[in-house]
Amino acid sequence: MSRIWKFGSDVDTDQIVPGRYAPYMRPNEDVGTAAFIEAHPEFNRQAKPGDLILANNNFGCGSSREYAPLALKRRQIKAILATSFARIFYRNAINLGIPLFVVPGLYDQVDDGVEADLDVAAATLTVDGSRFELPQLPEFAQSIISAGGIVNYVREHGSFPGEKSRMAVPQ
Amino acid sequence: MNEPRHGQTLSEQIFSRKLGRPVAAGELVVVEPDVAMGHDSLTPGIIKIMREELGISRVAYPEQIVLVMDHVAPASTVGTANAQAYIREFAKEQGIRLFDIGRGICHQVLVEEGIAAPGKIVIGSDSHSTSYGAVSAFGCGMGSTDIALCWGTGKTWFRVPQSLRIEVSGSFNIGVDAKDLALWLCRQLTIDGANYQAIEYHGLDNLPLYERQTLCSMAIELGAKAGLFPTPSYVGAPGPGLLKIDHDAKYARTFTVELNQLEPQVAIPHSVDDVVDLSAVAGEPIDVVFLGTCTNGRAEDIAKAANIIQGRQLKTRMIVSPASSRELQRSLADGTLQTLLSAGATITTPGCGPCMGRHQGTLADNERCLSTGNRNFRGRMGSPESKIYLASPAVAAATALTGVISDPRLVGVSGNQIDQPFEVENEYV
Ligand code: SF4
Repeated sequence: MSRIWKFGSDVDTDQIVPGRYAPYMRPNEDVGTAAFIEAHPEFNRQAKPGDLILANNNFGCGSSREYAPLALKRRQIKAILATSFARIFYRNAINLGIPLFVVPGLYDQVDDGVEADLDVAAATLTVDGSRFELPQLPEFAQSIISAGGIVNYVREHGSFPGEKSRMAVPQ
Repeated sequence: MNEPRHGQTLSEQIFSRKLGRPVAAGELVVVEPDVAMGHDSLTPGIIKIMREELGISRVAYPEQIVLVMDHVAPASTVGTANAQAYIREFAKEQGIRLFDIGRGICHQVLVEEGIAAPGKIVIGSDSHSTSYGAVSAFGCGMGSTDIALCWGTGKTWFRVPQSLRIEVSGSFNIGVDAKDLALWLCRQLTIDGANYQAIEYHGLDNLPLYERQTLCSMAIELGAKAGLFPTPSYVGAPGPGLLKIDHDAKYARTFTVELNQLEPQVAIPHSVDDVVDLSAVAGEPIDVVFLGTCTNGRAEDIAKAANIIQGRQLKTRMIVSPASSRELQRSLADGTLQTLLSAGATITTPGCGPCMGRHQGTLADNERCLSTGNRNFRGRMGSPESKIYLASPAVAAATALTGVISDPRLVGVSGNQIDQPFEVENEYV
């Protein structure tokens, strides 16, 4: 079972990890310790591996800092479900192999702090006996996530998703 | 290349030229970008991903890559100094161009150097890479893993975006400029109004380059993948090609703006789309004014502020960070800096300055800053208890003079003074 951490709309990357806590500024710290350090101290202290984030519109807007989704990955957040994601965050999270679900309508039906059961492969979420079927991401995105991220994908396939020619990457 | 059957957006034109075949919005394509930029804040991590995760020791094309030291310039801690030393060593070993501390903000330097040029595809480890659209380049921000993959393989993938057309008519009122338009677009279209899309700006043929840069840098504040201008007649063609608007192109949406209706705009804490007419917040106290960033750090922006301030003393602290060494020199040559220094302003090294709250003016608890930058997210410039307002250089100047948010038209200067930047030569276009 996973605890649901609910966030509103337009959660920006400065909230997820403020620029002052970037690995550049704290080279010897795990960036996971900075996740929501100022915007949501309770999450920062209490989020556990396997927990879920549920957000409304435009999660992850703002900067291109990959250390924002990386901090959530380091905290072993199992998946992020949102009404919508900001473009760069969406791409970065997929590249890091973090399961994402774009789920219009779910936000209002699930409360903060409840326990839920997410089956990533089957794309189902069970909360309090109610079962939600989650829409899957486009196929190329799923293939990157199931490889564990774009680096693994490219190392395995020698190409980007959908690319015909192979490239020179050590296999 | 075969001629496409229907018209193309500027983005479709750029990707079609690059691939040598017509492509349309929605297609997934793999291309070799013309430029892949990294800055000091993220480059050490990018190198690590390339070497340790991808297992690639040499970059595919050194000439594709540009490195700029701008985010913490010069270094402020042993950690940032070590990171910068590591970047210098990497650049030397791999034969990559590096613009070191003091040269300026990446998005300004790449335009000045002609590295971002019409028709090129420029990716950067920075969300404000949308700025390159000011010179008709497809500029797009990406995360460290994408940039590392590009450095290692020479390639990246894109979904060719749909486009949002901004159709502008009329002309700016006195005291209103491209920054007010950029904030107005945030207000009307909201922070995800162009998510996944490219923005095209139509009807601004005479807008000077520095104001184009202001608008394109803030395309990302609407969530856009790129923000593009057609190539103006005053730009030569060092890149793969000039871009013209194709009137048969298909747009996802068109949004019209009548410039004469626009008043000075201010974004209030803590969201860039929480924007009001200046009159709604006029009189609110401000502790420090920040003039700079990739959005408003050029000599013309600095001159606009100096024209209003000329001969008077500031009531707030004012931090001025020129966008590049070249902009600093231009501001020095025409007396602008003298004007600002006499009034009590502080000038920093060209670069990002306090925009990210890391140095050169980090905000204290409860401090209120009026910035010409592009983001007012909570805690961006320092304490999470501080507040950031965003406005134009003219509003910044008026506010620094009075200590409260002020309309530049109401601080005892003539309209001429507000709207006539010092004559500045612009050689790089
Ligand atoms: S000036 Fe600010 S917004 Fe622009 S690149 Fe630097 S940190 Fe980013």
